[in-house]
Amino acid sequence: MTATNPERILLAHGGGGRLSSQLIREHIVPKFRNEALSELGDSAHLRLPSSDICFTTDSYVVKPLFFRGGDIGKLAVCGTVNDLAVSGARPVALSLALIIEEGFEFELLDRILHSASEAAQRNHVTVVTGDTKTVEHGSADGLFINTAGIGVRLPNVNLGLDTVEVGDKILLSGTIGDHGMTIVSQREGIGFESPLESDCAGLAELTCALFENVPGIRFMRDPTRGGLAATLNEIVEGSRQSVEIDERAIRVRPAVQAAADMLGFDVLNAANEGKLVAVVSPDAADQCLSVCREHPLGREANIIGEIVQTRHVPLVELKTKIGGRRIVQMPYGRELPRIC
Amino acid sequence: MLDRIARAQHTIDEACRKLAQQITIMEVCGTHTVSIFRSGIRSTLPERLKLLSGPGCPVCVTDQGYIDTVLELADRDDCIIATYGDMIRVPGSDGSLEVRASNGNVKVVLSSEDALQLARENPGKTVVFIAVGFETTTPASAVAVKEAAEEGIANFCILSGHKLVLPAMRALLNGMNDHIDAFLCPGHVSTIIGWGAFAEIVNEYHRPCVVAGFEPVQIIEGLAEICRQLVAGKPELASVYKAVVTEKGNAAAQQIVAECFEPVDGYWRGLGKIEKSTLALREQYGPFDAFRRFGLEDKPGKENRGCRCGEVLCGLIEPIQCPLFGTRCTVDKPVGPCMVSSEGTCAAWFKYGRRK
Amino acid sequence: MCLAVPARIIELEGDRAVVDAMGNRWKAKTTLLPDARLGDVVLVHAGFAIALVDEEEAKRTWELFAEIENVEKTANRVSG
Repeated sequence: MTATNPERILLAHGGGGRLSSQLIREHIVPKFRNEALSELGDSAHLRLPSSDICFTTDSYVVKPLFFRGGDIGKLAVCGTVNDLAVSGARPVALSLALIIEEGFEFELLDRILHSASEAAQRNHVTVVTGDTKTVEHGSADGLFINTAGIGVRLPNVNLGLDTVEVGDKILLSGTIGDHGMTIVSQREGIGFESPLESDCAGLAELTCALFENVPGIRFMRDPTRGGLAATLNEIVEGSRQSVEIDERAIRVRPAVQAAADMLGFDVLNAANEGKLVAVVSPDAADQCLSVCREHPLGREANIIGEIVQTRHVPLVELKTKIGGRRIVQMPYGRELPRIC
Repeated sequence: MLDRIARAQHTIDEACRKLAQQITIMEVCGTHTVSIFRSGIRSTLPERLKLLSGPGCPVCVTDQGYIDTVLELADRDDCIIATYGDMIRVPGSDGSLEVRASNGNVKVVLSSEDALQLARENPGKTVVFIAVGFETTTPASAVAVKEAAEEGIANFCILSGHKLVLPAMRALLNGMNDHIDAFLCPGHVSTIIGWGAFAEIVNEYHRPCVVAGFEPVQIIEGLAEICRQLVAGKPELASVYKAVVTEKGNAAAQQIVAECFEPVDGYWRGLGKIEKSTLALREQYGPFDAFRRFGLEDKPGKENRGCRCGEVLCGLIEPIQCPLFGTRCTVDKPVGPCMVSSEGTCAAWFKYGRRK
Repeated sequence: MCLAVPARIIELEGDRAVVDAMGNRWKAKTTLLPDARLGDVVLVHAGFAIALVDEEEAKRTWELFAEIENVEKTANRVSG
């Protein structure tokens, strides 16, 4: 290792001096190749076609950093793209802020940046600005990323939980639990060999197709942390209506279910990073479904339930595989492996 | 599977019609309680069939004193607590392991073997394995203790809170709650002890005992078999869990448990002291017994005021009859273990059954 | 009181096994089942195989197990 060509991040790489400059010019800018970024100004100047903008931010602290189907770089881009996408916007630009632990290997950083760059290209977004900071060994678990994103709202989008009505259908774009169980399968202490892969993917192309072709979409969300259970409960909380879903309509890969069974996890609570839940008017449901299924990320889409009349309190009720009923609660926020 | 379920449901409906009185069946096992709720079986049963949850949730019946002891050990700098995930959120008199976990002394393990490995990797600390569970889980602790003894892993010990199912069932029928018409018996405990182990409940107390697994079809077929027996007026021993349960159970597992443990009197939350119901490590494995090692006593603790987990565990009340349920005691702020444990009756009701 | 799932023994050395459940591979010990053989389906609880599983009965008991033949056809790979 030499001072001019280190293999690992030094604190000085975040110091704003020569080493910082080297990090940015040699490792970051070349991967994202665009005018705005290459200028390396204090801010990026954007000219947007409309002033109807969506703006979002998210931080990514996933462990392990690399998992089957992706890594923190891909996740940081897709996650923020998806927040814009389900808000009815066409994602345009992202910021990329890195907090890197001293001692982090450049080889790993390059891989992550490459993933982020690929994900950005695939999702037609540009990383126009960013930041890098370094922290002492032990303070950042390797790497944390924050991305903020700007998107231009598509025309004729009118989303809101207050627009949800009894009779509206609920659509889920594919299988659940893939990301959550994949992460668990690669986590230290629990790790097990598995064919599972994260479903990490950017949904903007699919959502744009939906918003451009299907009127009557009331609400959309990507069921990330807390899984489908959290999203459905958020729908109930925000709309003050009740939800009824059919367990048989929810698709789960056998390997995902088997992994959850072994650990005592509930797939309804497991994270998804490439799926969407939409509440649509009953007239639009069929069209919504077929548009979804035409897209590679929506082939296994299904109508999983509907908004129903509330009996006592608004809640999420599941019709089980055997025809019984039970309530789906908001998850606690942390699944722990259990033996009982 | 659906037609088998339909047929079993038909048997249950018919039986309830014929018997013309309330049927009370106790599911001894906490995993049954949760499966029954999650699969929506409760909502398909006739009104006349009452399902009672019993003391089969190992975390729930673990006395407050034991939990406080675990928390004391977690506060020590020279210990690493290795525990199954089930115990992490159980509230003691002063917080839970989850709260303690931030100091790095608490590790969730999937297996007693992982706990043993922790001991090998951390020679400077004593690893205390929180050994809770019924007969299904006890053999795993026994194997770890034997291996520790064979390899001479001196910094490994277990705090045994292992319990036995049959003494609890007897205690219930002997007076704590004899309004039980039949038992749905724990499927996985039975893989170890054998379905034959419930013979005394059938012969001495004349209650049908049917062993069932945890899939919805298993539970419903198990309930149907119980109903069939009640109609026939002849309590019998039966098992519908033919895939894995035999009459005699797992001899190798029984042997290793007998070698390492002996039944002693123990405190159960809600049921009080039950004779020969808890397992303690035998003298020759003394060095691996956390109770002996740290000079700890197995004494009952003070329970949280107003907590009626005990009555819930005996099937004397349903969770909604506890004044704390859903108000002061919720899944986010649990007062007693029945609300915390993944299998706790109150947690199951709260998570899967509340409609008001 | 017990979560336990059926899985097939795909590797076995002494009492150290690797078991397969729908493609997920877990470590498990067969100390409690000295007669377990490679290829057997066993019930796994807390990292231990605790009982031998009768495969015919297993298909009638676990919905997921009954699908085992379909697993190869059902691609576990993510689409798109």
